[in-house]
Amino acid sequence: MLHIVACIKQVPDTKIIKMNPKTNTMDRASAPAILNPYDAHAVEEAVRLKKRYGGTVSVLTMGPPPAVKAIRKCIEIGADEGYMISDRAFAGADTLATSYALTKAIEKISKIKPVDLIICGKMTIDGDTGQVGPGIARRLDMPPLTSVNKVEEINQQEGYAVVHRKLEDGYEVIQSTMPCLMSVEKEINDVPYSSMTNMLKAARYQPIIWAVADLEGIDRVQLGLKGSPTIVSKVWAPTKPSGGTMLEGDPGEQAEKLLNVLLEKKELFTVKGGDNS
Amino acid sequence: MNFEDYQGIWVFIEVKDGEIVPVSLELLGAGKQLADKRDSELAGVLIGENVKHLANTLYEYGADTVYVYDDPIFKDYRTESYMKALLECCQKYKPEVILYGATSTGKDLASAVATDLPTGLTADSTILDIEEDTGLLLASRPAFGGNIMATILCKKYRPQMATVRPKVMKALTPEPGRTGRLVEETASIKEEDIRTKVLKIVQHTTKKIRIDEADIIVAGGKGLGNQKGFQLVHQLAETLGGAVGASRDVVEAGWVGHHHQVGQTGVTVTPKIYFAIGISGAIQHIVGMQNSGLIIAINNDPNAPIFQSSHYGIVGDAFEIVPLLIEQFKQAFNREVVDHV
Repeated sequence: MLHIVACIKQVPDTKIIKMNPKTNTMDRASAPAILNPYDAHAVEEAVRLKKRYGGTVSVLTMGPPPAVKAIRKCIEIGADEGYMISDRAFAGADTLATSYALTKAIEKISKIKPVDLIICGKMTIDGDTGQVGPGIARRLDMPPLTSVNKVEEINQQEGYAVVHRKLEDGYEVIQSTMPCLMSVEKEINDVPYSSMTNMLKAARYQPIIWAVADLEGIDRVQLGLKGSPTIVSKVWAPTKPSGGTMLEGDPGEQAEKLLNVLLEKKELFTVKGGDNS
Repeated sequence: MNFEDYQGIWVFIEVKDGEIVPVSLELLGAGKQLADKRDSELAGVLIGENVKHLANTLYEYGADTVYVYDDPIFKDYRTESYMKALLECCQKYKPEVILYGATSTGKDLASAVATDLPTGLTADSTILDIEEDTGLLLASRPAFGGNIMATILCKKYRPQMATVRPKVMKALTPEPGRTGRLVEETASIKEEDIRTKVLKIVQHTTKKIRIDEADIIVAGGKGLGNQKGFQLVHQLAETLGGAVGASRDVVEAGWVGHHHQVGQTGVTVTPKIYFAIGISGAIQHIVGMQNSGLIIAINNDPNAPIFQSSHYGIVGDAFEIVPLLIEQFKQAFNREVVDHV
């Protein structure tokens, strides 16, 4: 039976977040907190593997108390257990400090039930780095498998996994020993609507919550802002482009004006002139 | 940690199918400016099988030194083997900065190396600078889905590391015959220490032009209504000999595959001409195409933000204008087509 841990995060929805034009800071209250969209695919993949091979799916997050909501969302998707580490000492963590804290939590989860596989989303939409997953893998001395867009096979008896890693112009098929950690692309699956049973279970679900003091052998110096090698020194709003020339007229005139713009770049087209297949 | 011991700007040189990946040459261009400011040397770290001869190209693009790990064990990129080589090189020669392309390989490698060193790593940088006196790397990047720009520093650790988006930095004009210093190294890792195997590499055997390499991109958005309407984009792309791009919502609706997605969570593109048809211009899309040479937007909403980021804008119905453009374009280029036949 597989024990899969999916690492997830609650994030502000950056698609709708508003900027305060006076201070150049984000108005976090303007954006609802959601389960990081990439992590939904990670949890879904874990649930699919559980259905295929049998086992348990645990989800783990680090965050403030309201992040319980994101865990409930994962229960809706089909996760069995939720763990959350929550403590002021974790605040301000960059990717290195985050991977350290999550690693300590996974070590504790492993003592309850050994972990065979860890799945992370490709990245978070508020951090946009994709560095935490591989960081956890290195700390746990597991092979990190990034950009995974298909899990071909999990063979628990023989102790290996076969996955596809997305490349810029295709993919590669990788065999890795287990346990391993994979971070998955969003195209790996579609997250379907949740079943009523799962939604009911999620509504009253309470995850296991640990503070720093609950984690064994933890080095506080490596946590949060203090344990983060990177700092943000300056934040500014990208310069707003002012727009260009509008091509006016009826559709025929507009098309003609546009053609004249293209003809100025004639050299780009002539080479390919005869071959448009 | 004595910062004085850490000197030189390094670029991880990514090799694919025996060739240097363009972003690595771009990073040599960016790295050269940092190295000049610090009055230090620029080095490439070249890992692979039968790659030693590529050092000459790296010198021509600005590298003073090339550290090379040339061994069959490095035939395919694997995190563990490449990481081990780079970590050993780092511990031996102590660079001040290491830059990686923000590609699948570059990001994978940089994340692993940063954890093991440990040091700070800034992802997807688009602007790089360095403080002349302190050597502090100023790596800036779009954050929060492109809503803000942030400058990230790593004050307490060396080397400082960043992944950098392809097509943002400029490669130097190669200087033929320029030479440098080759340092050949061997990594201690053995095949039996590596826990992953590459069983197969599958390349998309499509004749279609890849969007990250295209000179011309025709991209469409939700404004085209449905998958059938999106055919307009394919038609114009075919006529112009360009690649097809798409906004995120179009990809999520399944009108076109993921590898066509332009933007923060897709591909960053810098073609010479970029058409945005029926794309409203969310910030997440803009950050992925704003460095294109010429941006042309067609949208029926005069208030669409895309017009702010365009060199030329047309307010109107794409279904009327684009077919007319295709027709006029074919006429204009008729002579050339006939000449070719």
